[in-house]
Amino acid sequence: MKILVPTPDLTLLGPEILVLVLACGLLFVDLFIPRDRKGVVGVLALIGVVAIGLITAAYWPGLSNPVTTFSGTFVMDRFALMFKEVFLFCAAITILLSLRYLEIEGISLGEYYVLMLFCTLGMMIMVSGADLIVIYLGIETMALSVYVLAGFMRFDKKCNEAALKYFLMGVFVSGILLYGIALIYAATGSTQLSQVAQVIKERGLLNNPLLMLSIFLLAAGFGLEIAMVPFHFWAPDVYEGAPTPITAFISVAPKAAAFAALIRVFYYGIQLLMPHWQLLLWIICAVTMTIGNVTALLQKNFKRMLAYSSIAHAGYILLGVVAANQIGIQGIIFYFFAYAFMNMGAFGLAIYLRRADIVGDQVDDFTGLAQTHPVAAVAMVIFLLSLAGIPPTAGFVGKFLLFAAAIKAGFYWLVVIAALNSVIALFYYFRVAKVMYMQNPEPLPQPVPGRGLALALAVVCVLTLLFGIYPQPLMALAKGTAHTFMMAFIS
Amino acid sequence: MIPLSHVIIFSLVIFFIGVVGALSRRNVFIVLMSIELMLNAVNIALIGISSAVGNLIGQVLAIFIICVAAGEAAVGMAIVVALYRNRFTVNVDAFNLMKW
Repeated sequence: MKILVPTPDLTLLGPEILVLVLACGLLFVDLFIPRDRKGVVGVLALIGVVAIGLITAAYWPGLSNPVTTFSGTFVMDRFALMFKEVFLFCAAITILLSLRYLEIEGISLGEYYVLMLFCTLGMMIMVSGADLIVIYLGIETMALSVYVLAGFMRFDKKCNEAALKYFLMGVFVSGILLYGIALIYAATGSTQLSQVAQVIKERGLLNNPLLMLSIFLLAAGFGLEIAMVPFHFWAPDVYEGAPTPITAFISVAPKAAAFAALIRVFYYGIQLLMPHWQLLLWIICAVTMTIGNVTALLQKNFKRMLAYSSIAHAGYILLGVVAANQIGIQGIIFYFFAYAFMNMGAFGLAIYLRRADIVGDQVDDFTGLAQTHPVAAVAMVIFLLSLAGIPPTAGFVGKFLLFAAAIKAGFYWLVVIAALNSVIALFYYFRVAKVMYMQNPEPLPQPVPGRGLALALAVVCVLTLLFGIYPQPLMALAKGTAHTFMMAFIS
Repeated sequence: MIPLSHVIIFSLVIFFIGVVGALSRRNVFIVLMSIELMLNAVNIALIGISSAVGNLIGQVLAIFIICVAAGEAAVGMAIVVALYRNRFTVNVDAFNLMKW
């Protein structure tokens, strides 16, 4: 018997293949670099990531319609493309943040950058997966790298503990996700999203109990990386224990990837069950925002506070998912760019404060920063304003779009809850501003930022302000993406 | 011919044994074993469904899951070994440096 294997169009996998080649190449190059100069691997990784980011952007004009390959299991569309750019941006900024930090912590190893690239690869596969198997494999590629990165300071007890908690929670929830996939397969006989949608439509499986249950299981599976209630418990511990650049990375990139996969599965696979998942996500959205913001009020550790703040932000972004309209998708894409700028910046400031013997992750470590490092303090205020959603920052525009989407879809109560939450959030963000400006610094050794860190902070700070004052270019890109994405959803 | 419902119920029972084990046991290794049990329950379900609906997707996914589970076990053991070197225990309750 002759089996016909269709030839896949590998050009669509260009970005993924390049990241894989870069990661494997660096693993090899790393062998020839002496132990005290491992930063070279980081610089090479940075150059590679920036180049791949530019190459990926070149795909944009050819993607006015989604293109699939590998028998429809892998899709390249503008939605995936925008998220890939977010991941590559996050990877680039994280490498810049890491260069000095790793030397201070004594963990300057080439494998760090390689693992980050593998993680990026997993996320890129995840957002392009049009089949539940591919999405699952993307998640695992990402997660296995991230577990190791979270425990990279292997002589640090807190860091070990963070890695273990993340790992146990992650593997447990991936089992739940798999059961959800198995149930969808049982109900429809396929794991490919387009076929799942078609079978649901043809057989009228709108109230199929297996599919109902699978909504819960899938939401749980993606909800872990998103850090939405009730799968948010790992976030504060992991954010506190992990190396700070990795905290910055996992607070943005895996969250974005999980959101993209969730949106693709829910919008394209089980879209006809929308009333059910909309209700479920409505509740989760409200609870996630509230728990995140209220618990953040109680935190003294800056990284923990940002962890709860990131849970709250996951809630805001869920507004866009629940709304299920074009502005919602536009808002989500815009918000993830804004969130990458501002959250990376805020964690970058925590790295800025890291110096010999001082971890710099308590809110009190910011005391009097305005007097000792006025520029850093101003940058921090910009990030905090953006996180709180106050103009003229990118965070405001993103939040505005998300709220507008929910209002347009008629979820008025949800917007009221979100608005109240934004007010609570002001309180804990401005506590940091208060200790920076209203209190005098203690006589401590002053931090000296590395060049990489200064560059990263400058870039995210400028971008936060730029897209706050002049958001049109990014908004237009997000709008074009949302338009092509939603065309397939409605039809 | 075993009906599909039997396979699904069997896999659900094993899955819940795994879930309960993962949530209630205190030794990290037993927790890891319970999680492996969950993954194997999924494999049983997938293979049963695969033969019931008459395509190979389930079996393909089951093989992928076996591979991923091996990778997960390797990473998990590495993390536990690193932790044991610093803390000299594998009791989950002892890992409470960070709370609230």
